[in-house]
Amino acid sequence: MAHADQAALPAILGEVQPAVLPRAILVDHHRSFSWITEKICGIIEGKTPVWWWWCFGVACFVASFTVAGITYLIATGVGVWGHANPVNWAWDIVNFVFWIGIGHAGTLISAILCLLRQKWRTSINRAAEAMTIFAVVCAGIFPVFHVGRVWYAWFLFPIPNSNYLWQNFRSPLEWDVFAVSTYGTVSVLFWYVGLLPDLAVLRDRFEAAGNKLRSFLYGLFALGWRGSNRHWSNYEMAYLILAGISTPLVLSVHTIVSFDFAVSLLPGWHTTIFPPYFVAGAIFSGFGMVLTLMLPLRAVYKLEDLITQYHIDCMCKITLATGTIVGYAYAMEFFIAWYGANPYEGFAFINRAFGHYAWAYWIMISCNVITPQFFWFKAVRENTTLVWVLSIFVNVGMWFERFVIIVTSLARDFLPSSWGYYSPSIVEIFTFFGTFGVFSVLFLLFIRFLPIMPMAELKAVTPQADVHGGGDHH
Amino acid sequence: MAAPSYGLIATFATVPNLYQAAEKVRDAGYKHWDCITPFPVHGLDKAMGLRRSIVPRISLAGGILGFCTGMTMIWWTGAYDYRLTVGGKPLFSPMFAFPVSYELTILFTAFATIGGMLFLNGLPRHYHPVLKYDQIKRGMDDTFFIVIEARDPRFNLANTKALLAQAGGQEIKELEA
Repeated sequence: MAHADQAALPAILGEVQPAVLPRAILVDHHRSFSWITEKICGIIEGKTPVWWWWCFGVACFVASFTVAGITYLIATGVGVWGHANPVNWAWDIVNFVFWIGIGHAGTLISAILCLLRQKWRTSINRAAEAMTIFAVVCAGIFPVFHVGRVWYAWFLFPIPNSNYLWQNFRSPLEWDVFAVSTYGTVSVLFWYVGLLPDLAVLRDRFEAAGNKLRSFLYGLFALGWRGSNRHWSNYEMAYLILAGISTPLVLSVHTIVSFDFAVSLLPGWHTTIFPPYFVAGAIFSGFGMVLTLMLPLRAVYKLEDLITQYHIDCMCKITLATGTIVGYAYAMEFFIAWYGANPYEGFAFINRAFGHYAWAYWIMISCNVITPQFFWFKAVRENTTLVWVLSIFVNVGMWFERFVIIVTSLARDFLPSSWGYYSPSIVEIFTFFGTFGVFSVLFLLFIRFLPIMPMAELKAVTPQADVHGGGDHH
Repeated sequence: MAAPSYGLIATFATVPNLYQAAEKVRDAGYKHWDCITPFPVHGLDKAMGLRRSIVPRISLAGGILGFCTGMTMIWWTGAYDYRLTVGGKPLFSPMFAFPVSYELTILFTAFATIGGMLFLNGLPRHYHPVLKYDQIKRGMDDTFFIVIEARDPRFNLANTKALLAQAGGQEIKELEA
């Protein structure tokens, strides 16, 4: 049969040339290697801009709210939060899931897009990974202080203690301890490995500039990196493996976070859709946050040649795709609640949309389902200001998603006699508001002292990095 | 130069130059030599005749160790050291032990990968002759170097210099050890 087909091929097929697919330009204006080095290092070596000090001051002020809230909590007790029966998880867990979710886009960009050989990730991965780490820091605050007597938080880990008791490994909450601490650790390691060659660049530049102290400090962390190709060979392999293990890690972390809910029996929580739905939501919120952070950074530092319109397009499209998955999940939850014919489940969902917390539900729907649909339009994706505003809506919507899931289900549990209405106390509001300051302080320190883009990786995606001269031969 | 020489270093301006020179040095039979590049050059491993990195083996060992650590820890704490029934559930089951073991697999793999990479590269390292070269700053920026070590059996100051010059190397200098 195959032979007959081949004989019957029209002669013209021999003349058909495969289409030339132009590669997306990742560094605009044919910039040279040293232009990249100067551009990125210039941010660190230049004088601290005035706006940086203003932002830093404001961020420290905002962060002090978390410090104040937590100090008051430690001095008084966890009762200063607005939790009461039946709502014993509220803003603390909402904020925890919110911040952890934001972190996920950083890992997605650095790991999953690395495996998929999406080279556009190179200019944004460093900042996105930093965002991950700082988001995990903010997330960790809430469960740790929610344990009440925080000085016993080490009970979470299997450390031999005088009570001769071990952790209950049957509990998803214990799984979460391992998931989040592994996630934090691996994110830091991945970030640091990526930084290694760039720290060596800074070491040598500060050495040449005669700044001994900074040269010493960057040199200390550069571990004597010298750009040897024998090293690069192992380095590239290690980086690939880290990307390979971070991918199942990031999927497992939010899966395990969703197990905190899904493994319980509460209507509205006890659903099998939770793991994929949480992961999609996490990536959606994370890309929202990446856009929120990178667009101002791009404008302030004039990084348009490195974060091109193509990069923004890609990020908007991922936001659109994951936002649509989230919207589908909302619809599917309702469908299953009806189709499953469980009256408690059905009630939980009707109550979400039309009960006391309906306002939160509709904020969630409008921010998460409607907002990303604007990204279908090229004109929207090319309007940076509009993209930034929409990304804020995504952040708000995803916070409300966690609020809706956690609070509506708890406030209306199986026993109507224990139903309640939860409102946050001022201490909770302070603590949460302050975490934006904590995050900003860390992020501002990062953009001041560390290269915000991976120079080595950026150089490797330029056309002149090709061994055959120009990237057209592949 | 009075100090014993570490070897010769030659400068190359572009990636294709470096790539072709690396092939020549490889074909000349040198073993103790290296390329210094500001970024990983795709395909240079082949031009240098390097074998595939063995980091994955170390990672695999780390992963297996992590998984076994998780399973053993959960069995030992819950089903051996202090047997405590919670919710009528079994004292040990690989099912509930899986998520934690999975996370520990990843954690140990990450440490093994980075530790293995650093170990194989001989890092951290306080001093290296290449880092003393006054142009090394450019090697971190936009220039490429080939270093041939004096301890290589084929190393001969005049011949090696000629090879590097013929391969297109510029500013061929001796490196102090």
